[in-house]
Amino acid sequence: MDKFDSHTGIAAALLRPNIDTDTIIPSREMTRVSREGLKDGLFAAWRYTLPGSREANLNFILNRPAYSNTSIILSGDNFGCGSSREHAVWALKEYGIRAIIAPSFGSIFQNNCIRNGVLPIVLSNNMIKEMADWVEKDPQHNYLIIALPEQKIHWSTGKYFEFELDEAEKNMLIKGLDAISLTQVLDNKIDLFEQKDRLERPWIYLD
Amino acid sequence: MLKTLFEKLWTLHEISIIGNGECLIFIDRMFLHERTGSIALKGLEDAARAIKSPQHVFCTMDHIVDTTLGRGDETLMPNGRDFIVATRKSAQRAGIRLFDIGDQNQGISHVVSAELGIALPGSTLICPDSHTCTLGGLGALAWGVGSTEAEHAMATNTLRVKKPKTMRVDFRGKLSQGVTAKDMILHLISQEGTGGGAGYAVEFSGQTVRELGIEARFTLCNMAVEFSAFTGLVAVDQSTLDYIQDRTFAPKGNELKQAINHWNTLHTDIGAEFDRTITIQCEEIKPTVTWGTSPQHAISIEDEIPDPKRETSSITANAMTRALTYMDLSPGMPMTSVKLDAAFIGSCTNARLSDLRAAAQYLQGKTVSPWVSAVCVPGSSQVKVAAEAEGLDKIFLAAGFEWRESGCSMCFYAGGETFGKQKRIISTTNRNFEGRQGPETRTHLASPLTVAASACKGYISAAED
Repeated sequence: MDKFDSHTGIAAALLRPNIDTDTIIPSREMTRVSREGLKDGLFAAWRYTLPGSREANLNFILNRPAYSNTSIILSGDNFGCGSSREHAVWALKEYGIRAIIAPSFGSIFQNNCIRNGVLPIVLSNNMIKEMADWVEKDPQHNYLIIALPEQKIHWSTGKYFEFELDEAEKNMLIKGLDAISLTQVLDNKIDLFEQKDRLERPWIYLD
Repeated sequence: MLKTLFEKLWTLHEISIIGNGECLIFIDRMFLHERTGSIALKGLEDAARAIKSPQHVFCTMDHIVDTTLGRGDETLMPNGRDFIVATRKSAQRAGIRLFDIGDQNQGISHVVSAELGIALPGSTLICPDSHTCTLGGLGALAWGVGSTEAEHAMATNTLRVKKPKTMRVDFRGKLSQGVTAKDMILHLISQEGTGGGAGYAVEFSGQTVRELGIEARFTLCNMAVEFSAFTGLVAVDQSTLDYIQDRTFAPKGNELKQAINHWNTLHTDIGAEFDRTITIQCEEIKPTVTWGTSPQHAISIEDEIPDPKRETSSITANAMTRALTYMDLSPGMPMTSVKLDAAFIGSCTNARLSDLRAAAQYLQGKTVSPWVSAVCVPGSSQVKVAAEAEGLDKIFLAAGFEWRESGCSMCFYAGGETFGKQKRIISTTNRNFEGRQGPETRTHLASPLTVAASACKGYISAAED
C-alpha cells in the first residue's frame, strides 16, 4: 500500500453533508472486475453534463481551472455514507485525491480509505468552513500541507489546525502497511482461538 | 459483570486486543456477491493468498444479474456478464459455495444468508455490502465492509476492528394500524438524523420489537447503516429460535440443543448500561415516506413537505433546498399530492415473504393506477417460490405489477434496470440518493403496504382501508 507521510496539495470544498458513495462513483461507472479504470467515473453525475457523457460540466468545482490538480477535498458531515463500494476510494485515489477533510465519515468508507493510503481527517464544521473560505479566495496559491506524523494541517500562510487519528490507522498509513500481512503474523493466536472455540461452539464449524 | 448483547457478542469473538484501539475479531461467516465479492476473490488470487476456511464463505449473484424472466448471464448493464462469469470462475477455483443464476437458493445476499441458516444467532458475519447489518435481526453480529476487508477476512478468518460504543433504541407502546418496521426505522432516522448512530452498535429493543416477526426485525436492522451505525441488533428470543429450526446450514440434533442453550444467553442483561439510549413512543409513528435525497428527509404521509427557510443551520437548509430541486418538489406541498410514475417492491430491506404478503393483501381485488409502472422483485428465489405457492404472484399480476426473478434490481442501477430519467418512484428500498435508481430518478422510500396503496392511487398514499 502507498505510504502517507506529508502531502502538499490544492483543496476543493464540496461543503454538503451526506455525500454518498453512489455520488462519488455511480454504479454505472463500475464496469470492470477491477480496482482500476475508475477515475473518469468519479462524481460522474455532477462532473459531466449528461449521464453517461464525458462532456465536462464547467460549473462543477473540480472542472474549474482554479481547481486543477486538486488532491484534497473539504466536505460536510457523513462523507462516504451509503454503499460499501471500495470503488469510491479507488476512484478518488486514481483521480489524485490523497486526503479528505470532513466533520464525519461513513464508517465503511473511512476504513476503506485507511486500507488504500487515503487519509480521512476529521475536523469541526467551523474549522472546515474557515479553511474553505480561505482556500476559495485563490485555490492554486492558498494550498494546504498535511503533515501526518505531527497530525497537523498547515495553511500556506503558516496557520495550522491539529487533528486526531487512531494510532493504529496512523501507523498503517505512515508505513504503508498491508493489514493482511500484519494479521498473518498472529496466525498462531488465531488458530488457538479456533481450537478452543470449536469445543464451545461446534455448530459454527461446517467441516 | 452485566453486559449488553453487543458486548457478549464482541467478547465471544475477541481473539486479542491488538492495541491502538483495535481488536482482532474472529469472523464465523463470509458472504460475497458478484459486484464487490468478485473483486475480493480476484484480489486474493492476484496476491496468491488462500481462503482459510472456504466452507465458511458463500457467494450469490444479486447486484448485476437481470431480474427479467428467462434471464441468463447477459445483463442490461454493458459488461455485466464479465462480473458474473468472473465470480463463477473465482468461486469455483476458491472452492466456495455459490448460489448461481438458476440455483433454487439464489437471491439477495442478506435474504439468502438468513433463510439458509448461514447467519446464525451469535455468529459474526461480514459481506462487502453495507446492508449486511440486516442479519442483526437474528442476534448475529454482522456488518458491511469493503472488498479489501473482505479479503482480510477470507485470508485470516479475522478482521481488525475498532470497538464501537453501545446504543439502545427502545421502541415503547403500540404500533398503529398500517405502521410497520420500515416506518419505525424511517421515523428514527428522521428524528435523529443520518449521523445519529455513528460510532455505535445499536440494539433495537422494547415490547414492540419483541412483537415483530423476524423478517420485520431484518427490515429494522437493515437500515441501521442509513443511521450510520456500525450495525443493528435484536436480542434472541423464541421467535428467533423458531426461525432458525430446519434451515439448511443451521445446526441439527444435539448440536442444535447445545446451540439453543447458548443462544438463550444472547440478550442484554437487566441493568447493563449503554453509552446512549433513545426512547421512541410507537404511537407517534405514522406511515412514513421520504421527500428528499437522504433517508433523514422522512415525514408522515399526512404531513406537508418541510420548508428549508425554517432551518436554523445553513448547511441543513442548503442540503434541503438542493434536495427539493432535485426531487422537483416545493415546501408546503402535502405529501399526498405528489404524483407517481412508478412503484417498486423489492430489495434486502423489504422483499421477504411477509413483505410480499402485506402488499398482496392490500392489492387483492385492486389495480395499479394507469399512469404507474409497478414492479415486484422477490428477495430470493425461495421467497419467489413460496409466494407463488400461496398465489401471491397472481395477485400482483392481476393488480398490474410485473412479477420477476430475484435480485437487487431497481434498488439501484448496478445491473442497468431503471424506470427511466426523472421518473418518480415509490419504493420499498433503503436509499433515496440522487440517481440511486438510475440517472435523475426521484425516489420516495416507504413500506410495502404504503407502496401498494400509493401504486393504486397514483399518488403517495397511506393504506387507509
